[in-house]
Amino acid sequence: MIEIRSVTQIFGERTVLSDVSVSLDERRIAIVGSNGSGKSTFARLLNGLLLPSRGEVLVDGMSTAKDSKAVRRRVGFVFQNPDNQIVFPLVEEDLAFGLKNLKLPAEEVRARVEAALVQYGLAELRTHPAHLLSGGQKQMLALASVLVMAPEIIVFDEPTTALDHRNKRMIADFIRGLKQRAIVVSHDLDLLRDFDRVLAFEAGRIVLDGAPETVLPRYLEMMG
Amino acid sequence: MSVGVYVHADSVVHRLSPGIKLAALFGFSTLIVLVRDVVALAVALGLVLMLFPLARLPLSLAWRQWRPILVVMAILAAVQLFYSDWVGAVSVVLRLSALVLLAALVSLTTKASDMIEAISRAVRPLAYLGISPTRIGLVISLALRFIPLIAEQLEEVKEAQRARGLERNVLALTIPLMVRVLKMATEIGDAIEARSFDPDDARRLSDLWRRRSEQPSERNDH
Amino acid sequence: MSTRDLAYIALFAAIMAALAIFPPLMLPIGVPITAQSMGPMLAGLILGARRGGLSILLFVVLVAIGLPLLAGGRGGLGIVMGPTGGFIIGWIPAAFAIGWLTERFWNGLNPINAFLIAVFGSVVVSYAVGIPWTAAVAGIGLDQAFWPMLAFVPGDCLKAAVAVVVALTVKRAYPLIPARS
Repeated sequence: MIEIRSVTQIFGERTVLSDVSVSLDERRIAIVGSNGSGKSTFARLLNGLLLPSRGEVLVDGMSTAKDSKAVRRRVGFVFQNPDNQIVFPLVEEDLAFGLKNLKLPAEEVRARVEAALVQYGLAELRTHPAHLLSGGQKQMLALASVLVMAPEIIVFDEPTTALDHRNKRMIADFIRGLKQRAIVVSHDLDLLRDFDRVLAFEAGRIVLDGAPETVLPRYLEMMG
Repeated sequence: MSVGVYVHADSVVHRLSPGIKLAALFGFSTLIVLVRDVVALAVALGLVLMLFPLARLPLSLAWRQWRPILVVMAILAAVQLFYSDWVGAVSVVLRLSALVLLAALVSLTTKASDMIEAISRAVRPLAYLGISPTRIGLVISLALRFIPLIAEQLEEVKEAQRARGLERNVLALTIPLMVRVLKMATEIGDAIEARSFDPDDARRLSDLWRRRSEQPSERNDH
Repeated sequence: MSTRDLAYIALFAAIMAALAIFPPLMLPIGVPITAQSMGPMLAGLILGARRGGLSILLFVVLVAIGLPLLAGGRGGLGIVMGPTGGFIIGWIPAAFAIGWLTERFWNGLNPINAFLIAVFGSVVVSYAVGIPWTAAVAGIGLDQAFWPMLAFVPGDCLKAAVAVVVALTVKRAYPLIPARS
């Protein structure tokens, strides 16, 4: 459960989120909104990438400000552009990076990397340089290197925006099949239709909140 | 651009610990600068060349590493020929070739991540000065990761400027490229933190010790 | 230093490497100008002293451990310890000095003072390391090593001009040095 308690986010002179309070507990939650509505900022608050200017964010009762390590173990974050998320030059090195940060013993890191290489279809590419992967493979590696850390909740920031049709479908299927809970920021309404809950942001506030069949039509209307 | 210089093969040289390889390279380069005897230098170069088959790497790879220094070496050899004699000129060529090929062999047989881990271990005693091995390791691999990304971004910017007929304008290429890669670096910085990287890790020796004693309990709750 | 700072340091080390792929420009007097020595100027002008200096230090370490990142695909300890190695090492204090001065003049930074800062770092500071180094390795007098190097000064001024225009534009679009009050 993630609780956002009267969070206000200010960058310099700009108020990006104003007094947002909401509890997130559903298995599939979507966040929609126009550019600059505050939805990406909201996503970055959920695992402590940003700390709120006012208010607090609690993940299973732990504050993102005080227990950032424990929070990041529970909440993984997948960025829009896989290129900006792959840290290491080789596929297997990148998979191991997060696990090493968790200070797992070397044997466990190796075992989990092996398992992930097989599970996400990257086994053939283990010593492949990351920059030579195809777009879909890069996206898969970015996902795998977050999932290998076994977070309970995964936040996706516009996971399909930069992808072609085929890779879009692959990611959509992937999110659908995910065991973990997912919070997905997206413009891609098709991706969100079978979600449990949709939050719509506008000018730093949540303006719509509910099941997709009620929220999405009203959201489209609002967007004109 | 040959950044991923590592070439995979199953050999003794590949398996050798990177720390030993780096120490050997350092020792060898110090020695070879001191050696003046041309026969000894030829033997040294011969030994280095023999390491390539031992590492199960084709000699063509050695040639590819050697080629870029040809011009510099020729100039230096010519200067030697002018100031001293042909023995001096040959010595310069032998010495530089041996040095460059051994250094290249270390890079060819050692994964960047292993190399970095070796350096991190070597600087560990400096941790109490605020120099953290974890950070050094990260920053080195990030640089290696960024090089092909910058090349890709440059191609994209070139394409965009070609449409406007500006692909030869240095500023029209550099400025957008710069802003793009800075944004990219900012986001990668965030992505690293999202994957539980702790930039303050191992800042002091005392922290290192404390963390070590905490580790078992941290493993259990996982 | 935050994780973002680490990313910027790595980025400028990588930019140094990327600059190696630009073909050298030949001056009429037969002196090559490589784009690479623009890197320390950009690092100092955009990142400031500490991050800028560390990024160039990182680049030199990468070259020293054998990565072929210098212009012409050169790398390894052989080059760093060779006759021109002092100019490579000298890039580190040059970037630091340029960054330090840039931070001091940040609020009033204009094309003229930025150009002077860049020239000071890339000519005065890096030659102060490079020339004695060459003299020591080649076994010649300081003065003998000094005069030939003057041929590189026009090229360095040209590079400083380009670096300043880039850095001042980036300062407006994406400033990374905090404003001084």
